[in-house]
This record gives sequence, structure tokens and C-alpha cells, in this order.
Amino acid sequence: MNKKLLSGPYLLWMIGFTIIPLALIVFYGLTDKTGAFTLSNVLAIATAEHAKALWLSLGLSLAATVICLLLAYPLAMVLRSRGVGAGSFIVFIFILPMWMNFLLRTLAWQTLLEKSGVINGILSALHLPLQHLINTPAAIILGMVYNFLPFMVLPIYNVLAKIDDNTVNAAKDLGANFWQTFWYVLLPLSVPGIISGITMVFVPALTTFVISNLLGGSKILLIGNVIEQEFTKGSNWNLGSGLSLVMMIFILISMALIAKYDKNGEGSTF
Amino acid sequence: MNQPLIDLQHISKSFDGTMVLDDLSLTVKENSFVTLLGPSGCGKTTTLRIIGGFESPDTGKVIFDGQDITNLPPNKRQLNTVFQKYALFTHMTIAENIAFGLKIKNKTKSYIDDKIKYALKLVNLDGYGNRSVDSLSGGQQQRIAIARAIVNEPRLLLLDEPLGALDLKLRQDMQYELIRLKNELGITFVYVTHDQEEALTMSDTIVVMNQGYIQQMGTPESIYNEPENAFVADFIGDSNIVPGIMLHDKLVEIFGAKFECVDKGFGINKPVDVVIRPEDIDLVEPGQGTLSGVVTHLIFKGVHYEMEVTTPDGFEWLVHSTDLFPVGKKVDIHVDPFDIQIMNKPASEDEEAIGVNE
Repeated sequence: MNKKLLSGPYLLWMIGFTIIPLALIVFYGLTDKTGAFTLSNVLAIATAEHAKALWLSLGLSLAATVICLLLAYPLAMVLRSRGVGAGSFIVFIFILPMWMNFLLRTLAWQTLLEKSGVINGILSALHLPLQHLINTPAAIILGMVYNFLPFMVLPIYNVLAKIDDNTVNAAKDLGANFWQTFWYVLLPLSVPGIISGITMVFVPALTTFVISNLLGGSKILLIGNVIEQEFTKGSNWNLGSGLSLVMMIFILISMALIAKYDKNGEGSTF
Repeated sequence: MNQPLIDLQHISKSFDGTMVLDDLSLTVKENSFVTLLGPSGCGKTTTLRIIGGFESPDTGKVIFDGQDITNLPPNKRQLNTVFQKYALFTHMTIAENIAFGLKIKNKTKSYIDDKIKYALKLVNLDGYGNRSVDSLSGGQQQRIAIARAIVNEPRLLLLDEPLGALDLKLRQDMQYELIRLKNELGITFVYVTHDQEEALTMSDTIVVMNQGYIQQMGTPESIYNEPENAFVADFIGDSNIVPGIMLHDKLVEIFGAKFECVDKGFGINKPVDVVIRPEDIDLVEPGQGTLSGVVTHLIFKGVHYEMEVTTPDGFEWLVHSTDLFPVGKKVDIHVDPFDIQIMNKPASEDEEAIGVNE
């Protein structure tokens, strides 16, 4: 039995739905409407409108990534110290929302944050001033953090859980206090998980258009929204593809980072 | 130099309702090599972790050089631990591993460099400083773990089955190396193992533990030659443990045969357990010994033959001898009086665990 045959279905799938679409994007991105070669679609990222969207995307997704990291690391530390049984129960509770559809979760936040939404309803019942919550950069960051936090927690927890208790004990034994143990031993050993988590939050946050659509209204345009509009409303596939290629550079940088710091695949989760 | 360095007072510890240590008291003298020996689950590692500060006892006190350190965290204790699976920092080089404790203590760079050099030389790994942990074999990693501990000049070194993961030959080499290190450094060693041979080879004092209790404590010779109860006799080396009746002082009856012994004070016609080491049994021609039997098994072990001699009551005696007696041969058993060790029978299983032997 030829084992190569077994990979046939997947190979077909990959060619049909990954390689060919990718080739098409490259083709559209590097040609104009007449089919002639041009770099203008890629270079269009430099125009004021697109550059603004890109910088805003980078800023918001960076903020979301940092917040995720700050929330996830302590949680992963707690999970680690809980031992396997209790730890995996907390992980279960934690990823429970992930079983709900991504769109539904984000729509739920829309309902919460709206001008006449749940939060403002509570505020007015308490006779407190109403807040402008939705359609702000903060609302988008909130949506990103809420949706992508598990992708930060799990790789970090995975790496931390694999660190032998005695490695930590050895640091204490050699005179290190809590912070020294964390700084010199736990943190460096968990770098693969951190890098993996950062990538898994940063890349989808950078390219999202759903979160910014639902929580940012039409006023706040991220690069994802710009690309989406070129494909849907503008019908300019060439420009959309060109901008997509620019985004791909960021994704490739992220993957290179993972490959460099996570050689053993320790931080991989799924 | 003979005041106690470690004094464990009435330590009890249970995990999830299971008693692991029950009212354990133990003193370790300065500059001694003490081995905690016992089967897995006997509480030896828990005892070590309590001394190291990684577990706190439910009750009782840990006294270190006269000071109560029961509630002191591990990083404040003047001792270091060599862990079972080395627990080296894999993200650091060998030199950085060794330097860890010294850097934490803010020693100068030249002091640290000297210490690294000295420690690597001491464990025979000169020039390995820039290597990564992964490039070292198990035995080498273990030596680095020891080097990492001793550069801090601890007064007490705790070793938790440090040779457990090594193969036999390497283990034996490391045993001699540990004895040499101990003598060169003059540090007190508390060593945990389940390997009785390791314990006999290296220790000044062996503490035999079972089910959270100390069964016997003494020099390797006294533990081996004068086990105080059946557990110790059985755990340390091979032994024949047979029921007997102490007829009176210096005379014990085993399977109807009367053996002279040297033990006194057990009373008259008292049921006892008798321990006879396989190498202490002399096989002689029929009619010349105390108890008759037939050789039923024979294995060549290299240094000696291992034989089983079955006596008419059905008991199979384990015999080690350099003389060959073929299977089927009728022989007599003879034992010199001082090779017979008499022990009280435990009245209950609990008593057996505690090792009561008065």
C-alpha cells in the first residue's frame, strides 16, 4: 500500500483551496485591470487613507495583544499551580465561550455597548450619565481581547505546564525569591509559548474586519475593512489583492518568529 | 563537630488524608552521610522535601543548627538540593547553571568565574562551561546538578535519588565520586534512595523507613547484620525469615531443630522471627548439620552459587555459597550462633509498620 495515496485527499484540498487562491491573489495583486504587471496595488498601501488604516490596525492589534498577554500570563501561572485536574477544569470553563460562534459573541458585545444597550440601560437606571461606548477604538480593542484571549492563554499555559516543578524548586533552592524565579527561570522558559500566543492574537487582530465592523461602526476603518470593501463594494480585486499581499508580509514575519523561538513546537496548541 | 545539624522533631505530614509521615523524629550530625532508605511511598522523599523547605510539615519542627527553620522558605535556607531528574535550567549554558545561585547572591564576576572553574574541575567536567544542557549525557547532567549546588557552599546537601536515572556502571562510578566529594568538601549529606546497595556503599548512617515510620537507624554494618525487624531484614539484602521459638537464652528452635544463638532476654518458649542471611548458611554432608534438606534449585551468579534447599517442613532456604551442591543432593544446614538474628514477632500490622521491637 502506497502511503502517499493517503495524503491524496488533503493534497487535493490544499491545491484547490489554498495554493490556487493564493496564486490568484498574487496574480491580481501584481496586475492591473488589463492584466499588465504593476506594483501600484502593493504600493497603494502608502497612500494616506490606506496608511492611516494600517497604522490604526497595527496600533489597535498591538494594544489588544499587550492586554491579552498581561491578562493571560498570570492566569496561565494560576492554572499551572493548580495541578492537572483543577487546571484543566478552569481551561474548560475558559474555552467554553469559544464554542459559541465568533459573530454571535461579537454581536453580544454590540448589544452590551450600544447607546441604548444593556450597559447604558443599567447606568440610566442608576441615574448615572450615559457613556459613549460603541464605535470607539476602545470597543474594538475590547472585542479583540475578548475573542482572542484564549489563543494567548493556551500556548502559554501549555509551555508553563510542561516546566518541571523541580526546575522551579531548584531556582528557589539556589536562593531565588518569587520574582527572581519568575524573571530568570519561568519567563525565559515560557518564551516559545509567549511568541506563539502573541502571533495567534496579533495576526487575526491585525486582519480582522468583523470586529471593527460590528463594534467600530463604519467610522473606524481598519486595514481589514479597507481590503474587504475593495473586494465587495469597490469591486477592485486588484487593489484588494495588492493590500492583502502587504498584510501577508506581516504574517510571514510572525511565522518566522515562531519558527525561530519555538523549535520544538512546544507553544503550539491546536 | 558532633552537634546535630538537622533536628527533626515529631514531624507529621499527610496528603489528601493519607498519612505519609507520622511523628517522625530524626537528628543528622554535622559532617555525616545519612541515607534515608525505603521503598517508594515510605516517606523518605517527603522527609527530604520538608528539610529542603518544599513541603511544610502539618505538625512538628525542623531545627537547623539550633534555629527553628520550619517556616523558612527554601531560598532562605543554608542548604542545597540535588534533584532526582537534575532539574537543570535548559535555557542556560552549563556555566550559567552553575553561576545561578551565586548571581542571585550578587557575587562578583571574578568570584563566580573562579567558582565555576573550581566546580567543573571537582566534578571532572573541565571545559564544559559553554556547552548546552542538552548536549550532556545523564551522568554529566547529574554532575552539573551537583556542581550547581555545591558552589553555594551549603552546610547541608540534600540528594533525592540522584543516581536513579543512570545505568548500573555509571551509578557505581558516581557512588565513589559522591563519597570523594563528600570527603573533599566536608559538607553534611542527606541522601534519599530505594537502592539498598547504594545506601550500604556510601552512608555513615542508614535510616530505614517504611510507611512513614523509621524502622531502624544505624551504621550500614549494624543495619545489615542486626536487622531489628522482618521489614529491615527483608529490605536490606536477601534473607531467610523463619518462625522460631526461643526456648531459652541462646537457644532457638526452628522447624523442630535446635539452633544455638547469641541472643538473650526474649523469655522462655517465646515465638520469634529468625533472620538468617543466605551467605551465613553452611551446607554440610547429611548428619553433620542441624537441619536436613534437599537442594531444589541452583543458579550460578558469578561470585557465588545461589541455591534453594527445601527442608521437610516445606520451607525453601536461600543459600549463597561458593561451593557447588547439585540439585537433588541431600544436605544438612549449619549456622554459626552469631549469624542467627532473633526478632520479636509484631503483634499487629500497625505494630509491624511502626517497627516496635521492645
